[in-house]
Amino acid sequence: MHKRMWVAGAWALALLWVPQARAASDAELDEIRAQIRDLRQSYEARIQALEARLKAAEAKEAQAVVPAPAPPSPLPAAASGGGASGLAAFNPAISAIINGQYANLSRDPAQWRMAGFLQGGDVGPGRRGFSLGESELALSANVDPQFSGNLIFSITPDDKVSVEEAYGIFKGAPGGVVPKFGRFFSALGYLNEQHAHVWDFTDAPLAYQAFLGGQYQTDGVQLSWVAPTEHFVQLGAEVGNGDGFPGTARSKNGAGSGVLFARVGGDVGDSHSWQAGVGYLRTGSRARTDVAPDALGEDAALAFTGTSRLWNASFVWKWAPHGDPHYRNFKLQAEYLWRREEGDLAFAPVADPAAANVSRYASRQGGGYVQAIYQFMPLWRAGLRYDRLAPGSVDFGTNAAFLATPDFHPERSTAMVDWSPSEFSRVRLQFGQAKLAPGFTDNEWFLQYILSIGAHGAHIF
Amino acid sequence: MRFFFRFVACAWLAVAGGAAHAAFNVFATVPEWAALCQELGGDKVRIYSATSPLQDPHHVQAKPSLIARARTADLVVATGAELEVGWLPLVLQQAGNDKVQPGSAGYFEATSVVPMLGKPTRLDRAEGDVHPQGDPHIQGDPRNIARVAAALAQRLAQLDAGNAAYYQQRYQDFSTRWNAAIAKWTQEAAPLKGVRVVVQHKGFTYLEAWLGLQEVAALEPKPGMEPTTSHLAEVLAILQREPAKMVLRAAYQSDQASQWLAQRSQIHVVELPFTVGGTDGAKDLFAFYEDTLQRLLKGAA
Repeated sequence: MHKRMWVAGAWALALLWVPQARAASDAELDEIRAQIRDLRQSYEARIQALEARLKAAEAKEAQAVVPAPAPPSPLPAAASGGGASGLAAFNPAISAIINGQYANLSRDPAQWRMAGFLQGGDVGPGRRGFSLGESELALSANVDPQFSGNLIFSITPDDKVSVEEAYGIFKGAPGGVVPKFGRFFSALGYLNEQHAHVWDFTDAPLAYQAFLGGQYQTDGVQLSWVAPTEHFVQLGAEVGNGDGFPGTARSKNGAGSGVLFARVGGDVGDSHSWQAGVGYLRTGSRARTDVAPDALGEDAALAFTGTSRLWNASFVWKWAPHGDPHYRNFKLQAEYLWRREEGDLAFAPVADPAAANVSRYASRQGGGYVQAIYQFMPLWRAGLRYDRLAPGSVDFGTNAAFLATPDFHPERSTAMVDWSPSEFSRVRLQFGQAKLAPGFTDNEWFLQYILSIGAHGAHIF
Repeated sequence: MRFFFRFVACAWLAVAGGAAHAAFNVFATVPEWAALCQELGGDKVRIYSATSPLQDPHHVQAKPSLIARARTADLVVATGAELEVGWLPLVLQQAGNDKVQPGSAGYFEATSVVPMLGKPTRLDRAEGDVHPQGDPHIQGDPRNIARVAAALAQRLAQLDAGNAAYYQQRYQDFSTRWNAAIAKWTQEAAPLKGVRVVVQHKGFTYLEAWLGLQEVAALEPKPGMEPTTSHLAEVLAILQREPAKMVLRAAYQSDQASQWLAQRSQIHVVELPFTVGGTDGAKDLFAFYEDTLQRLLKGAA
């Protein structure tokens, strides 16, 4: 009883404390009294209800089979760091990927070139013999309640360490928007967002190599948003510095590149799921260089200055009996990329730089791949992939005197089988036959291992 | 660019308007929590179970449909203890729903209110797919369901305050029925005490602790690793020295290994639902334990 009076009194005091209340009129005082009465009544009702519940609970506990559960902590304890003490308790999740291969290539990788395409970035099958692939070291953690951070180093076979991704995610954005900023793999295509070690084949599709230099990475900001609907609809936009192939650094204050993407997806029954996406990239180049054979087969230095626009369409379909991929599963994946480039192309024979020529350049080219992966028993998967590029139309302007208009369709067929004794290790044998130019056929064998140590990272669909 | 933002704005208005009228949405990672939410939430909640009973809860993919459901969830009910570590963090991050991020009230982990068993003594992946915080398959013991129910009812009442009295009343009702059922099951299960069993996956720690079953071997050489012939031969040798009554297997697992063993020794293969819906008999939470017990008693006979 005393407690109830005290509560009511405290409320009254709190209300009277407000400066305006001192100058209150009678009407206001009446209103305040009425409010206090209401408050008291509602408190009495609630306290009575609580007392009744307490009695019921006590009675129940006396005959309960189960000891009453300990009062649950309102929030789960920190998921990690149990047992660690002091500063170490806040260590980020660390994981490392050890990736290496043995390659047997019938043609010299230095001659590897997709006929009819201006190349750049990271293309080709890598070196012959034993080599390290791209190993990775990743750190990730929540920064504070607002941000989480990810840092992924890539360690290349030639002892170079580069920052593959380094981004923050702002978790406090309203309306379900996920802002990501820093360096990241663009969401413009399905495979583009995935790290090389989760690819189903050792190397990137030809279309990714030809149009994105392997994989499109940018420094910038990404906003993505998932619609609050039962069906998956995701929209997103990115702005970046545009340094990555097919763009180049152009010393701009504004955005050097922009990306738009949209994805939809869902399930069909409990065994099938799918995702389809489209992406658009616009970027620009200033003197993007390449060395390619001219019409006479002599090496020529080419430099492209202009704009590139690229479209991507992707489709992924996965099957697993009752959604459980453990014993058997199947994955069909296809993407197509179109690229239009417009600008100027500077041509200079390597042997005779004085005979240089600059002309208008315009190209419309495309290419894609389709691949299927079947896990036919636990641990074992087999896969096939077909790649094809369309030379499209290329207008060299006055450079047509020195450069042949491409009419060859580079293509490649690949088969692989891999064994994954656990979700942390994989050994893969792959064979591909790439017909990249008239008379240039490369038979490529890879034996690859991928070992993952440390924190268990989740994989995207 | 402008068209794009206008499109986003229109889409947002269209769907936000529709979503405002929806019920209280619960995203349960596994069927047992979906079933428990149904008991506690009645018709005030709309429940989505991220996995089916025939799916290995360790191997789930961050599918688009899961991201879409997490986006509209008001409460995520997960098991925790790293059971969902391979997909849930990514689904929640991509969904961008700040109500259900870990650490917020809309994110609930069942293992946070349950005393954990089976904590590995050696934390090393050479030991297989070990869970550092203990065996996450807490649904083996119905007393754990009682513990989770108490905390979950409280969380529902906290988040959906308008229906707090409804949830409390449903909890009282469920709790009374549940305690009576546990008393009945415990009595029925008396013959199972001390019965020696072989398990396929070390996922029955809580069931064994509750019923007093004695685990003598596992068909998986290491947790999460497929049974191998050489390991099965070792298990067979153990069984020849010290026979066991039955070999337990979850409904989502292949029966090859257990059948191999049954053909070579006097052992009954017992398929257990493992979660609600795992077998035809395990239609709801009560039937799940009912069916589990009947199958065990039959296997031990």
